[in-house]
Amino acid sequence: MTAVDLPAPRRSSLDVVLKVRELGIVIALAVLVAVTTISNPRFLSGQSIRDILLGTAILAVLAVGQAVVVITRNIDLSVGSVLGLSAFTVGTLLQNSPRLPVIVVLVVGAAVGAVCGVVNGALVRFGNVPALVVTLGTLYVVRGITYFWAGGSQINADELPSGFLDFGNATVLGIPYLVLLAILVLVVTGVVLRNYRTGRELYAMGSSPQAARLAGIPVGRRTIGAFVVSGALAGLAGVLFAARFGTIDAAAGTGYELNVVAAVVVGGVAVFGGSGTVWGAALGALLLTTIASSLAVLEINQFWQQAIVGGLILLAIGADRLVAVRVAAGLKKRGSHVS
Amino acid sequence: MPDGRPLLSVREVSKSFGAVAAVRDVSFDLYGGEAHALVGENGAGKSTIVKMLAGVHRPDSGTIELDGIAIDLGGPADAKAAGIAVIYQEPTLFPDLSVAENIAMGRQPLGRFKTIDRAAMVQQAAQLFVRLGVSIDPNRPARGLSIADQQLVEIAKALSADARVVVMDEPTAALSGVEVERLFAVARSLRDDGAALMFISHRFEEVTALCERVTIMRDGRHVSTDLLTDVTVDEMVRKMVGRDLGALFPKQDVTPGAVALSVRGLSRDPVFLDVSFDVRAGEIVALAGLVGSGRSEVVQSIFGVDPRDSGTVEVVGRTLKPGSPKQAMAAGVALVPEDRRQQGLLMELSIERNVTLPRSRSLSQLGFLTGGRERRSAREWTQRLKTKYGRLSDEVGTLSGGNQQKVVLAKWLATDPKVLIVDEPTRGIDVGTKAEVHRLMSSLAAEGVAVLMVSSELPEVLGMADRVLVMREGRLVAELSRSDATEESVMFAATGQEARV
Repeated sequence: MTAVDLPAPRRSSLDVVLKVRELGIVIALAVLVAVTTISNPRFLSGQSIRDILLGTAILAVLAVGQAVVVITRNIDLSVGSVLGLSAFTVGTLLQNSPRLPVIVVLVVGAAVGAVCGVVNGALVRFGNVPALVVTLGTLYVVRGITYFWAGGSQINADELPSGFLDFGNATVLGIPYLVLLAILVLVVTGVVLRNYRTGRELYAMGSSPQAARLAGIPVGRRTIGAFVVSGALAGLAGVLFAARFGTIDAAAGTGYELNVVAAVVVGGVAVFGGSGTVWGAALGALLLTTIASSLAVLEINQFWQQAIVGGLILLAIGADRLVAVRVAAGLKKRGSHVS
Repeated sequence: MPDGRPLLSVREVSKSFGAVAAVRDVSFDLYGGEAHALVGENGAGKSTIVKMLAGVHRPDSGTIELDGIAIDLGGPADAKAAGIAVIYQEPTLFPDLSVAENIAMGRQPLGRFKTIDRAAMVQQAAQLFVRLGVSIDPNRPARGLSIADQQLVEIAKALSADARVVVMDEPTAALSGVEVERLFAVARSLRDDGAALMFISHRFEEVTALCERVTIMRDGRHVSTDLLTDVTVDEMVRKMVGRDLGALFPKQDVTPGAVALSVRGLSRDPVFLDVSFDVRAGEIVALAGLVGSGRSEVVQSIFGVDPRDSGTVEVVGRTLKPGSPKQAMAAGVALVPEDRRQQGLLMELSIERNVTLPRSRSLSQLGFLTGGRERRSAREWTQRLKTKYGRLSDEVGTLSGGNQQKVVLAKWLATDPKVLIVDEPTRGIDVGTKAEVHRLMSSLAAEGVAVLMVSSELPEVLGMADRVLVMREGRLVAELSRSDATEESVMFAATGQEARV
């Protein structure tokens, strides 16, 4: 047997593919923006960009949480309802005590979401029930609680303190607070997933649950943890939602869960877990939000939007599948040999 | 070489699953710098021992001692922390993660702010591969690695954890000769570095090539532990199988009729190769061999559940299309599968539904299944097989294992088969029911049914079969008549030893 030279650390083909994957979304975005701008130059006006960024901020925070859960081979369908509950909670809280600092409001919103996350995680972990079913159930339960509590009432912008609404609209160096917050969430989650043991264990669990158990990874605890992160981020998104729109009723965030899952899938997070990044998920959120807004500018019927998003998901899954097959074939050939 | 003190001691451990005692009062010692083989038939309890060492199962009683101190392995993490590394027959890697990450999982080198130092991690993996003398790119994902390479990654994992006890559960089952050589070279260097190696294999030539000591298990009990210099392969085989042929196997003598099932040149790379044999009406032919030798795959391919690359199957002169169970059934073939829970029964459906399932078309009138017909037919067959149940409408899942097996048999016997294929017909059922199943098979053969039986239980094979076909590594290696078939001759053929009986 002969010794082999130490190969210099370099990007594996998988890394390149994933980079290309995110590159694909960036290109799609660029084309979309270019076409829309040519047709209507006002698309690149300050207000329009601001709207897109604010919409993306909320969707991206949800998508980051969803990506964490999907990476572990689970799914969280309750995020739209959790967003609604959190938004209504902080709205009510601010009605009663308008002087609360924004940071406390953010923490309260995240805490409401985290509690929902604990429930989801515990049901999946201890009930041994697929996450799809559990979170489908909590989707309705949480929404029901919000409806019961709101009882048809609505919180209007004039009932909320101006300090809070400012938070939803103010900017630093031209960048809205909400966007900064979303970027912060994205960076922190991205770094934890990539560079910390806990993050890598989430990928390991999604890649092979059986092997993860045998490797001594505390699978149950990590599963609950992933749902808590997703729930807390959905709660946080609820606060952002309240700050941005100012008007909150019990239906806030209805149907968001599907947008979020779409963003995650389009962003290249594998639905069977184990691969994908939160960066991709956030880019997916940006792409979906931009599509919605450019369809309005292009005066294309809004109903087409759903069909386009659906087509995009199929395209993304198809592309991922194709890439996976090619990579697998390549990897087989690169198998080592007896030296 | 061992100094007097064992590194790891297993002391009188027992483990039961439900009513089945998998391991009873087993004790042995592993010494540093020594390779220790654990051998025994399928179901002797080897895997349960492995899982206890891995922390997957906790012993019901008895202790595991490391350096003379009892340790409690409550989970895989405990075993890892204690320095016990287990390499399973099916490697357990994370396909989406890089090889380096697979090796380092849970022990990644950390840099600033406790972040993972990827460069160091890749470097470590590369160094381990240098030490093992293999060239695997640490940056590539584990997906797509050959089984042999996956096993080397597992060994690198054990090395990186500084494991003092390395357990290898049939690591060579899926490897080619060259790959086995490479694995052994690595295993020897591990051993020479002072690790205690436990090696589980069915192949005696591998055991003698690698190990210094051998523990033999049978029926969940410890039979013997010897130095390999003190024991011959013949003795090992006898100790492995040596139990009384206590049960009576009521095989009636039948003069075989015409060829009912004819298999020619059946191949599916790499599972089985060029398998040819005949089964005559009234004959019971056993397909023996070790688990993983390709027996079940052959019969599933005959029935058309599994695909095949080449070869022909004829049933009473009619050639079967590959991959069409429907046609096989129409031609009169019935397959009672190995795993009744997964393949044989619909556990949530009623007994009657299960029994009549393959005949739901012939039993229906104008396309509708009527409860009355279904019930009458189900009652008739369950009574013939003396099945014990509460009501025919009970879920099959509520029955005992033996009665479940009778329902599967009833289901297929009711189709009036010409060729009956049974895969492990008596696995996991009690002695009394076993005898009933055997009597039933015998009387079916007497009625002119051709029976092909896959079985890992040697007494069953020897007691029931008119002829024994032995498979090893996907090939048919021996055909023994009833008079030539003994425990030794079958076992020798199955493990690849020359018959010297």
